[in-house]
Amino acid sequence: MQPAAVATPFFFYMLSGLTLLSGVLVITRKNPVHSALALILGLLAQAGLYLMLYAPFVAGVQIILYAGGIMVLFLFVIMLVNIERSQKEEQFNRQWVVGIVAAAALGVLFVLVYIKGHDLFPPHSFVPPENSNTQQVGVMLYGQYLFAFEIASLLLLVAIIGAVVMAKKRI
Amino acid sequence: MLDYITSYLGMNTTPGQAGNIFWAVVYILVVFGGVSVAVMAMNWLERKALAHFQIRLGPMRVGPHGLLQPIADALKLFTKEDIIPDQADKFVFWIAPLIILCASFTVYIVVPFGPTHAITDLNIGILFMLGVSSLSVLGVVMAGWASNSHYPLIGALRSSAQMVSYEVAMGMAVVSAILMTSLHGLGAYGVAAHSTGTGTLSMIGIVQAQQEQQVWFLFKFFPLGLIAFVIFAVAMVAETNRAPFDLPEAESELTAGFHTEYSGLRWSLFMLGEYAAMIAVSSIAVTLWMGGWLRPFPNTLTGDTWDLVFALLPGAIFVALATIAFVGVARMPKHPYFRIQTLGLAGFGVVLGLIGVVLFLPPVRDRIQDIFWFIAKVGVFMYLYIWYRATWPRYRFDQLMKVGWKVLLPIGIGVLILTAILGVLL
Repeated sequence: MQPAAVATPFFFYMLSGLTLLSGVLVITRKNPVHSALALILGLLAQAGLYLMLYAPFVAGVQIILYAGGIMVLFLFVIMLVNIERSQKEEQFNRQWVVGIVAAAALGVLFVLVYIKGHDLFPPHSFVPPENSNTQQVGVMLYGQYLFAFEIASLLLLVAIIGAVVMAKKRI
Repeated sequence: MLDYITSYLGMNTTPGQAGNIFWAVVYILVVFGGVSVAVMAMNWLERKALAHFQIRLGPMRVGPHGLLQPIADALKLFTKEDIIPDQADKFVFWIAPLIILCASFTVYIVVPFGPTHAITDLNIGILFMLGVSSLSVLGVVMAGWASNSHYPLIGALRSSAQMVSYEVAMGMAVVSAILMTSLHGLGAYGVAAHSTGTGTLSMIGIVQAQQEQQVWFLFKFFPLGLIAFVIFAVAMVAETNRAPFDLPEAESELTAGFHTEYSGLRWSLFMLGEYAAMIAVSSIAVTLWMGGWLRPFPNTLTGDTWDLVFALLPGAIFVALATIAFVGVARMPKHPYFRIQTLGLAGFGVVLGLIGVVLFLPPVRDRIQDIFWFIAKVGVFMYLYIWYRATWPRYRFDQLMKVGWKVLLPIGIGVLILTAILGVLL
């Protein structure tokens, strides 16, 4: 029996609405902990969007790495910050005009690509069957794109060593 | 409508896969209720077992041998005043226990109680479980921060550092078990096993791989599977903030750690979440290393006789429990003061005996068998949790970090590499 389609418009609008809302909350909240919590909500909604794109592996990794790992470290650091002082500080600096212009330009670019660039998008995107999606990702990473994958892991290794060297005064 | 409901009974997949919403909802309700009851039973068992470890009696007043103590506790917590500190961050304080509760109950979506007895079978099952259960640390951190008090904040800081560290070691152990699903190699005692081709992350697929390779992953590539399992068993105690790794709520230093400022119902939600998370990680361990729902020796003790013996075991255990209850009735003091207690224990014994008789019926015992073995294996882990708590003193924080990063993680990586090498060679 074919499972019912999950990619209904309702869920798409709900998840993307949540992402946008939490994105706005991240930059408008005065309290940095509230911003971080809104960011977590946004990342979780994004994981839901990945699921709708039939990419369960990416969604799972998104939850483990971002929501469960990186954001916990974010909160860990933020909780040590003096919140009362940071709440008195000015929230936006002078560059907000430039920022809005840049964001608007990017948005216009996206809309233009969507309207004019029909040829850029394939008519039917390749969707691996749901029950072998993760295996397909693995085969691609360790087969076709092995070189790029190893380069990326080397880069991460360098970053880890660099972080240790910078954090530790005496090695 | 009736067809829709009955259509599932003959199916070989889980309700979630079959897209059968009715049965999915039934399973969700049953699992939710079952886990809540299990948490209450665990609460009673922990107090009783700890008491006996320390040569005390434990709860004895409410019901025979304190059997109704959890219900009395729940009533007390419901009626207690729910205090929110004046300077607390109200919204975060309010939502933190809910996040812990949701995170620990959501993982039950993929727990395989049997080949068809799961809410659904996700392709990324184990990844989903690890991811969602790692979200519960957010609840701990939020609770600690929102309380706006020193002890909870220190508890939350400890908790986040501890969980992030042990998650890494846990991940290594899990990956080496997942690797085993795809590898050839020696089965139990050198019996050649079949290859299952590509590996899988699905919880049901992992148990089926153990069935096909005719070996629990605990004993595969001996002792590699065992070492990975031990790493997981240590890390899962740290993940659930239980003794000897219960530093976030170390009562001798931090009063009650991150939930110092919580009271009443909200505090009980933390407890519910903690125990539900304990059952959830235990079921991950059972699924990955101890053959999930498979009964002991499914490939050597075969044949109709053994099948019957193992099928009758669940009922027999309940009848044995009923017998113990009746022995207790006979040994109760004959004083009139104990009459209600004696009657209660007798009633409890009758209920247990009836459950046992129901489990003897052929259609029931065929369906219940997988669930029984899964729950029995998880029960072993739950008892181990109590045993740890009664046996070992609490770690110091630097010792905790040292164990996580300098012992478990290197061994985990070593086991992972050796598993991969052995899998290619054998």
